Amino acid sequence: MYKAVHYINQFFAGVGGEQSANISPYVVEGAVGFGKEIEKLSKNRIKISHTIICGDNYAAEHPEELKKQTLSWFQEIKPDIFIAGPAFAAGRFGLACGTLCEMVGKRLQIPCVSGMHETNPGIEIAKKTTFIIETKDSVRDLKRTLERMVMLSLKILDGQYIGGPTEEGYHPRGIRVNVRREKRGSKRAVEMLLNKLGGKNFETELPMPIFDHVPPAPALQNISESLIAAGTEGGIVPRGNPDKIEAHNASKWCMYSIEEISKLKKEDYEVAHGGYDPVPATQDPNRILPIDGLRILEKKGLFRKLLEKYFVTVGNVTAVKSAEMYGKEIASMLQNEGVNGVVMTST
Amino acid sequence: MHNKAYMSEFRLRKIDIKNVIEGTKTEIKEKNLYINIEEIKAAILEDKHISSVEIHIARPGERKRIIPVKDVLAPIAKLQGDGAVFPGCIGTPAGAISGSGTTAMLEGVGVVTCGKLVNFQEGLIDMAGPGAEYSVFSRLCNIVLVIEPITGIDKHEHERVVREAGVKAATMIGKASIGAPYYEEIKYPNETIPEIYKKYPTLPKVVYVRQVLAQGLLHDNYIYGLNVREASFPFWLKPTELFDGALVSGNCAAPCHKHTTYHHLKDPIVEDLLAEHGKRLAFLGIIAQPVRTSFSEKERNSYQVLKLALAVGAEGAIIAEDGGGNPESDLMLTTRLLERAGIHTVIVTDEYAGSDGASPGLADVTPEANAVVTNGNGNEIVVLPPMDEIIGHIEAVETITGGHSGSLQPDGSICIEIAGIMGSTNELGMENLSTKAV
Repeated sequence: MYKAVHYINQFFAGVGGEQSANISPYVVEGAVGFGKEIEKLSKNRIKISHTIICGDNYAAEHPEELKKQTLSWFQEIKPDIFIAGPAFAAGRFGLACGTLCEMVGKRLQIPCVSGMHETNPGIEIAKKTTFIIETKDSVRDLKRTLERMVMLSLKILDGQYIGGPTEEGYHPRGIRVNVRREKRGSKRAVEMLLNKLGGKNFETELPMPIFDHVPPAPALQNISESLIAAGTEGGIVPRGNPDKIEAHNASKWCMYSIEEISKLKKEDYEVAHGGYDPVPATQDPNRILPIDGLRILEKKGLFRKLLEKYFVTVGNVTAVKSAEMYGKEIASMLQNEGVNGVVMTST
Repeated sequence: MHNKAYMSEFRLRKIDIKNVIEGTKTEIKEKNLYINIEEIKAAILEDKHISSVEIHIARPGERKRIIPVKDVLAPIAKLQGDGAVFPGCIGTPAGAISGSGTTAMLEGVGVVTCGKLVNFQEGLIDMAGPGAEYSVFSRLCNIVLVIEPITGIDKHEHERVVREAGVKAATMIGKASIGAPYYEEIKYPNETIPEIYKKYPTLPKVVYVRQVLAQGLLHDNYIYGLNVREASFPFWLKPTELFDGALVSGNCAAPCHKHTTYHHLKDPIVEDLLAEHGKRLAFLGIIAQPVRTSFSEKERNSYQVLKLALAVGAEGAIIAEDGGGNPESDLMLTTRLLERAGIHTVIVTDEYAGSDGASPGLADVTPEANAVVTNGNGNEIVVLPPMDEIIGHIEAVETITGGHSGSLQPDGSICIEIAGIMGSTNELGMENLSTKAV
C-alpha cells in the first residue's frame, strides 16, 4: 500500500465557501472529501495518510507562507506521492495545487499528480515537476478525472512506463525526450520548406522556448566604498582542475582564493572550458579573468577592495536550469560576503 | 580544359565497399578494399611532427570502441577533369574549381583520425552495442589512424598534423577507385543561375545557408585549404564543390554535432535538395556563413547572407547550424533577416535541454523561427557497455565533451552524454534522431 498526501481547498473539504476562503493551512489525518474516492478507485492500494486543507484566498495571496508552513509536514510524513486537487478551472485552487506540487516535486523529489483545466494558471507553475491531468472546466468532470489521476499515480508508484501527454491525458510538461523519426533530419527540413513555400501546413519540431529576462542592476552609487568580486563562466581554474569542472554542461561552480595574487600566472592556471580556443587564455589567464587589471584599480582606490576569492564555472552548452541554480547560489554567496558589485566575464 | 567546363556536368561515381582487409597493395577486388598498411604509415610518417602511427580496422558489429576521435573522412579520388580532391590541402593545388569532371567516392568506408587528445571536442565511435545506434560512423568499415605527435608540439600544430594525415590517407586510399567497378554514377548538371531560372521558371528558388564555424582551435574549417577564419565573410559555393572535399573539417565543436569532413563530403541537405531540384524546387546554391565570436561579426555576416540570398532571388532557405551556443545568435539573426525579407526559412539544429530535458534547448531564440528541425538533445545520458578492444585512449572519456570525472566505470562500461558520441545529433540532419515534448 502506498502512502499519499492529498491537498484540497476549504470548499471541497466541506469547511465553507467564500466566507472561509481566508483560513490558513492545516493538516488532518486520513482522507477528506474526494480523497476517499481516490482511495476507493485505487482499490485501496493508495492510502491517504494526511490531507492538507487551506483557504483559496490565503493560498493564492500567500504562496511563500503556504510553502513554508507545509514543507515540514511533507518532510515528516514522507509520502510516496502527493495528489493535489483536481482544481478544474478554479484559478486560486489551481495556484495552490501548482505552488505545492512545484515545491514537493522539486525540493523533495516526491512524485506529484494533479488535475486542471487548460486555462488554470496553476499549470504553468508546476507542469515541469507534475503530471497534471487535463480536465473539463468544472467538477462535473470529477469521476473521469479522478480515474485518470489514480491510474497515472499507480503507474508512477509501480515504476511502470509513462506514455506521452496524449496517451495518458496530461498537460505537456515541456520535457524534451529523444525519439527516432522515420526520415533523416535533412529530408524533413526539405519537406518542411516545401510545405512552407507552398502555403501548406507544417509543424515545427521545436517551438521557440521562452527565456527569463534579468534586468541590469542599477549603477553603484558609491564605488570607492564598494567591495568588488570577480568571476567568470570561462573556466579559468587552478592547474590540474582540482574540482574537475566539466568542459561542457558543468555540474558545479567553484570558488578559489586569490589572496596575495596580483595577477594570474600561466603556470598556476588552466582552461577547463570546452567551447573556445584555449591557447591564448592558457598563455594569459588574466584575459578571461582580469585579476591583473582589477588589482591595479584596487590599488588606485577606484573601489575599496577586491573579494579575495573568485567564482568560476563552465558556461558551455550548460543546461539553463543548472545555470539558473548556480546563478542563485553564487548571488547568495556574494551577498553573504557583503559584495557590492561584480565583474563577471563570459566567453 | 575550357574554363566553361567548370559549369558542365559533374559525375559522382559511388563505389560500394563491403569489407576492408589488410593487403600488399591498396586496391579494390570484388567489393573488398585491400589496404597496404605499411605504405600508408610511411606516407603519414613523412610529417616530422608525428612520432608514431598505428592503423587499425574496425568493422560494424565488432566489439571495438574508438576514442578520442578527431575527424572522419571518406576516401575520394579525381578520375577525370581539372583540379584535385581536397584542393589546397597538403600541397594539392587549389588552382581549379571543384565539383567538375568525375570524382569517385568509396561508400561504406571511413578514415578515422585518433590518438592523444588535442582538446575537449573529440568523441567516440562504438562499433557494436547501444552506442553503435547513434551515427553512420558505426556502420562504416573504419580505417583508424592512431597518430601520436612528437613531444613538445603545441595544440594548433598537433591539430594540423592530425588533420593533414587524415586528408593524406583518404586521398591515398581513394586512389584505389581508379578503374574499379562502380554501382552508381550520379550526374549533377552544374547549371548557372540564369540557366536554372530559364529551365524552372515556376519552381520556388531555394538557397542553402550553411554555417561554417571559424573560431580557433578545434572550432575551425578549411575552404580550399584556407582557414575560414582568415576568409571570414559569407561566400558562394556550388553544391558539387563539397563532393570534392573543398571543405575540410578543423574538427570543430562537440562530437555529437561537429561537422566532420565526412559530413562535409556527403552533406545530406545538399543531397536531399539536389534530389528535389527540378522537381518541386530549384536549388540555386550554397551560401557559406562563417560564424565568428563577436556580435559585430555575427551581425555583419548575417546581413551579407541576406544580401547574397536577395541577389540571387531566393524565395526559400534552409539554414543549418554548426556547433551550439553562440552560433545560435547567428542562426536567429539570419532567420529574422531572411523572414522579414519574405524568404521562407527552415532551421536545422540540435538541442541542449539538460539531461532531464527540462531546460530550453537553445541559447537564442526569435519568433520568426517557426519552422525548426531538431536532431536531438545532446545532454541525454547513456551507459555504454564495455567493448573487447579499445582503439586509442579510453581515459580521454573523462575529459572529452559529454564525459565527466567518473565516466569510466570499474567494469569498463562508460557513462556519458550522447554529446560525446561522434555525429549523434548531426546538425545537417544525417541521422533520424529528434526530440518531442512530453
